[in-house]
Amino acid sequence: MRKYITRRLLMLIPVILGVTFIVFSIMYMTPGDPAQMILGESAPESAVKALREKMGLNDPFIVQYGRFVKNAIMGDFGRSYATKKEVFAEIFARFPATLQLASVGVLVAVLIGVPVGIISATKQYSLFDSVAMLLALLGVSMPNFWQGLMYILLFSVTLGWLPSGGYGSFKHFILPALTLGTSTAAVIARMTRSSMLEVIRQDYIRTARAKGVEEKKVILKHALKNALIPIITVVGLQFGHLLGGAVLTETVYSWPGIGRLLVDAIKQKDTPMVQATVVFIAVTFSIVNLAVDILYAYVDPRIKSQYK
Amino acid sequence: MNEKLLDIKNLTIHYITDDGVVKAVNGIDIELNKGETLGLVGETGAGKTTTALGIMRLVPNPPGKILSGEITFEGKDLLKLPEGEMRKIRGNKISMIFQDPMTSLNPVMTVGEQLAEVIQIHEGLSNEEAIEKAKKMLEMVGIPGERHTDYPHQFSGGMKQRVVIAIALACNPQLLIADEPTTALDVTIQAQVLDLMKRLKEEFNTAMILITHDLGVVAEVCDKVAIMYAGEIVESASLEDLFEKPKHPYTLGLFGSIPNLEEEVERLNPIKGLMPDPTNLPSGCPFHPRCPKAKDICKIQVPKTTDLGNGHKVRCLIYEGLVEA
Amino acid sequence: MANVANLQTADVKKTKKRSMWVEVARRMAKNKMAMVGLGIIVVLVLLALFADVIAPYEEVVIKQNLSMRLKGPSAEHWLGTDEFGRDIFARIIHGARVSLKVGIVAVGISIFIGGSLGAIAAYYGGKVDNLIMRFMDILLAVPSILLAIAIVSALGSSLFNLMLAIGISSVPSYARIVRASVLSIKDQEFIEAARAIGANDFIIITRHIIPNALAPVIVQGTLGVAGAILSTAGLSFIGLGIQPPAPEWGSMLAGGRAYLREAWHVTTFPGLVIMITILALNLLGDGLRDALDPKLKQ
Ligand SMILES: Nc1ncnc2c1ncn2[C@@H]1O[C@H](COP(=O)(O)OP(=O)(O)OP(=O)(O)O)[C@@H](O)[C@H]1O
Ligand SMILES: [Mg+2]
Repeated sequence: MRKYITRRLLMLIPVILGVTFIVFSIMYMTPGDPAQMILGESAPESAVKALREKMGLNDPFIVQYGRFVKNAIMGDFGRSYATKKEVFAEIFARFPATLQLASVGVLVAVLIGVPVGIISATKQYSLFDSVAMLLALLGVSMPNFWQGLMYILLFSVTLGWLPSGGYGSFKHFILPALTLGTSTAAVIARMTRSSMLEVIRQDYIRTARAKGVEEKKVILKHALKNALIPIITVVGLQFGHLLGGAVLTETVYSWPGIGRLLVDAIKQKDTPMVQATVVFIAVTFSIVNLAVDILYAYVDPRIKSQYK
Repeated sequence: MNEKLLDIKNLTIHYITDDGVVKAVNGIDIELNKGETLGLVGETGAGKTTTALGIMRLVPNPPGKILSGEITFEGKDLLKLPEGEMRKIRGNKISMIFQDPMTSLNPVMTVGEQLAEVIQIHEGLSNEEAIEKAKKMLEMVGIPGERHTDYPHQFSGGMKQRVVIAIALACNPQLLIADEPTTALDVTIQAQVLDLMKRLKEEFNTAMILITHDLGVVAEVCDKVAIMYAGEIVESASLEDLFEKPKHPYTLGLFGSIPNLEEEVERLNPIKGLMPDPTNLPSGCPFHPRCPKAKDICKIQVPKTTDLGNGHKVRCLIYEGLVEA
Repeated sequence: MANVANLQTADVKKTKKRSMWVEVARRMAKNKMAMVGLGIIVVLVLLALFADVIAPYEEVVIKQNLSMRLKGPSAEHWLGTDEFGRDIFARIIHGARVSLKVGIVAVGISIFIGGSLGAIAAYYGGKVDNLIMRFMDILLAVPSILLAIAIVSALGSSLFNLMLAIGISSVPSYARIVRASVLSIKDQEFIEAARAIGANDFIIITRHIIPNALAPVIVQGTLGVAGAILSTAGLSFIGLGIQPPAPEWGSMLAGGRAYLREAWHVTTFPGLVIMITILALNLLGDGLRDALDPKLKQ
């Protein structure tokens, strides 16, 4: 198992390197002169030229990329063009907000989605099932940012219960978490239901019943554990995406997370910030994926025996 | 020895599906004494598994529904028992071994856990005691006890079937229903597993319903035989009577030209024509479209059960004197 | 002689395929929810096609009329007017044009690029496969909406760039699907038979392999159009997609956002339309999946 994890971590290196290359190329193609941007529109031509030279912007692409990677390995992604601060410090300052939102959102989603999915599957075609699955379908069809706007319309504008955006108190937290939680819950409920339905008709479930196991235990002990792999997969995927910045939700609620940091940086053509944020997100995302793969082994012994 | 254990009367089970009502089991009667073994034989789709599930009250619902009948087991009608009582019987007094050992075990639980679970439910042992007993059961079916921490995928098919047998016998049941326990295994292992079952059954004096396609297996293991066709038992008798004096044209067809105990009997495939569509059974005797002796009356009149003495029963108009043999 | 026999299996395979599609259509027709989805999409497509007839673009959709600002729904303006006094219904149906176009073209791009890469990877295997799929892993390490954002920001936000960005960002999923289904059929007899009668790689891929990988791609594609429409709306909402004054559902939401207090209808209706569209596509996609793979359905 340890060997497997090590190998997977090593495999991350080329992936992250690839990500840096893609991001670097994309930003390289982006029109606009960084030197000009740092110095401002009114800076004299000669100063801009000097800065370009100093920053190495006249070097060939590959040289610039090499330098970027070298610095990145040292943990130096440069300074933001806009704020002049170290980009990594900025990212770490913003990450907690994103992490909080993602964790609570996913937690809420699992707590709602998994039980609803299980009940729906065990009572297939019942009224509960139909209503729950209709709601879930609406949930996955609703754009997050619109859902956010509608919550604001209801809870802030009309009822005046909660703030429409910002960060700080628990009250600020509720609507963004609700927005992410409900739509993620919908995805999880749908997956849980279909996975449980698949498992419930397996022979070993009948064996469990034939042993005299209580129905509740048949579902929660025998069936659920077998249904878990696809559920863990979507939960991991959703969590990874949320950690990568729920860009739109963060925008709607003026939530100071990674997602908004990235969008702002893109709009300001703040190249170092964009590069660092995307690399950071890719690393987080890959680590979540790895964690999910490791979790598989704990759920399914057949997978564990493949991880050598 | 001659104490009655199971008495099924007029059991009818249908599956209600989008494509019509599947008449899987249509008013069958089965009697079984303590320690006795009954072979339930019939082509695929005859309703054998459904009958077994009916006894366990595990017919999947929907679509399946037990429409009528009585299943008297140790004096109680199982069909009238509350679910909680029925649960106490399953795995304890009545156990079932399912058709396919490959898929019968839970892939994410160790075989020890799966064995210990049934023991714990019915014998109220502690965790450790149950595991100890589970190990003993594994050894009894010829698997080293220390392998109780293994998962099913680490076992071969034959070993899995042994585990399934161990689970079924763990609580020393009065009745064991074995649904084609060996068809999924290869030939050498088939014989081993069958021997094992025979030995254990004798050791514990367990009654058994052995479902099979294989008359050879029946000859080897059973005391009585019931032949099933399209959801009905068309003939039932003691092993000797059935093999030496088969009466029903379908049974005769099954034996083909080898109605002999000593000779090897191949798998059933002897009769021309196909099983009728169970959503649309023929009128009269359900076997008449394939029956070499059928007369016009067979299309109209439903045969009753004729008792030929010595427990030999047959459902055919010939024995009601309505058709010539 | 052996070849002749193999060719016959190839033919059998073909007729089987055709009746399979008939069967799929029959199953689809029986699925009420899928038909509801299809109905909604047909209506939407018709509205988009005849948008100019229903509401002239320049006069109604673009031209501002400040005296009519933020008016609620009325007989004249069914869904009210926006912050520039433009009719929201008209903008929504012209927006449908944009959304459907982006959705379909973007998915077309993903299928074309992803499908080719996946087919090539599976067909040639070995190093080629490894190279392509590792590249897909890299793309997958960045959440697709972020990838789309980055690409649009580099290329600039024109309609075509938007389609390209959204298309590229979901290339890996199609590459994986197509690769998997090609792998599952490439060693089958009828492919060997085609090769035996001298068909070249191109013919084998286009005639035999692609049709066989079609079912999962169609399902994913339908759901993909929904995803692409959502991405378009999202990108436009944060100002990186379709630029005003062109009507687009996401940017209509962004525009109305500042007026939540005084004019709820400006943000409510476009969002509702997005939801209905996505819902319809999801219903259709689910229906297609069930129809194409009856095993999955109980
Ligand atoms: N869950 C179900 N839903 C609908 N029909 C069913 C179901 N289970 C069984 N049937 C039908 O009931 C009939 C009897 O099936 P059963 O499984 O009892 O046959 P069997 O005698 O055990 O056959 P085999 O030898 O193949 O195991 C068959 O026609 C079968 O198609
Ligand atoms: Mg059976």
